[in-house]
Amino acid sequence: MSDVLKRRSAFEGLHPIQVEGAVTVAPTAYATRFSFRGDAKAASACSKGFGVMLPNALLKAESDNGRTAISLGPDEWLLLAPDGEVDALEAAIEKALDQHHHALVDISHRNTAFTVSGPKAETLLASGCLLDLHVSAFPVGMATRTIYSKADIVLWRTADDTFHVELWRSFVPFVWGLLEEASSEL
Amino acid sequence: MLLIPCPHCGNRPELEFRYAGEAHIARPADPSTTSDQEWAEYLYFRSNPKGLHIERWRHVSGCARFFNCVRDTVSDKILKTYPAGQPKPDLAELVKEARQ
Ligand SMILES: [Zn+2]
Repeated sequence: MSDVLKRRSAFEGLHPIQVEGAVTVAPTAYATRFSFRGDAKAASACSKGFGVMLPNALLKAESDNGRTAISLGPDEWLLLAPDGEVDALEAAIEKALDQHHHALVDISHRNTAFTVSGPKAETLLASGCLLDLHVSAFPVGMATRTIYSKADIVLWRTADDTFHVELWRSFVPFVWGLLEEASSEL
Repeated sequence: MLLIPCPHCGNRPELEFRYAGEAHIARPADPSTTSDQEWAEYLYFRSNPKGLHIERWRHVSGCARFFNCVRDTVSDKILKTYPAGQPKPDLAELVKEARQ
């Protein structure tokens, strides 16, 4: 038995999902993730420590320098950053939030993510997602928690034909299986 | 599918929501001086109207906030939703608006 904890991708052993000229579903790199709760003043202080302005408007993603802040609710944000930045970011954010009531929770290993891209990205996601995903209703830079079939996801449109999907890692086999099934009908 | 207007997120599909019972039920401020009857009414007695009902919903697979909603229990029509903490709306006024 190994005495070293080994990091294992939630996507290990799953079939790739790719339909030529239509859609590609691909796991994203490991990342640093925080759930941040606080009022508007705390959010503006958090922005200084995080290096990205936490959006005040709801259902928006704001990115800078490889980091992203997504407003999920009136006092809740999802913070994304490259892998391995947990300790440095936590220290920086906590320092900036010294005087503010807040909650900052490391969820790097609870969540994982994949991208859905290609001209049929909307169609594939619509197999389990109930929102209107047309770019006029769900523009680039919009992000929200919603559901794919019965799994909670955070859906973020990063380009006209690309979505970033955050989800709890234990939901991956369920969601992946449904996407694989739906992709066979594209 | 029913679309429910979350006061924070706008119209969203009903599967993103959970129902959470009648709204504006205040917990007795001083339980130790509350009679059994009063406590039972707080815990178990609800208005259960046929018609307009003010109720709590939670947009659990969205912004995750609780909010209040005025719904007609006969037609399922939602007349108004508003953030938790705001006072009860005037129901007669809402009905008048809905008729217009
Ligand atoms: Zn909402």
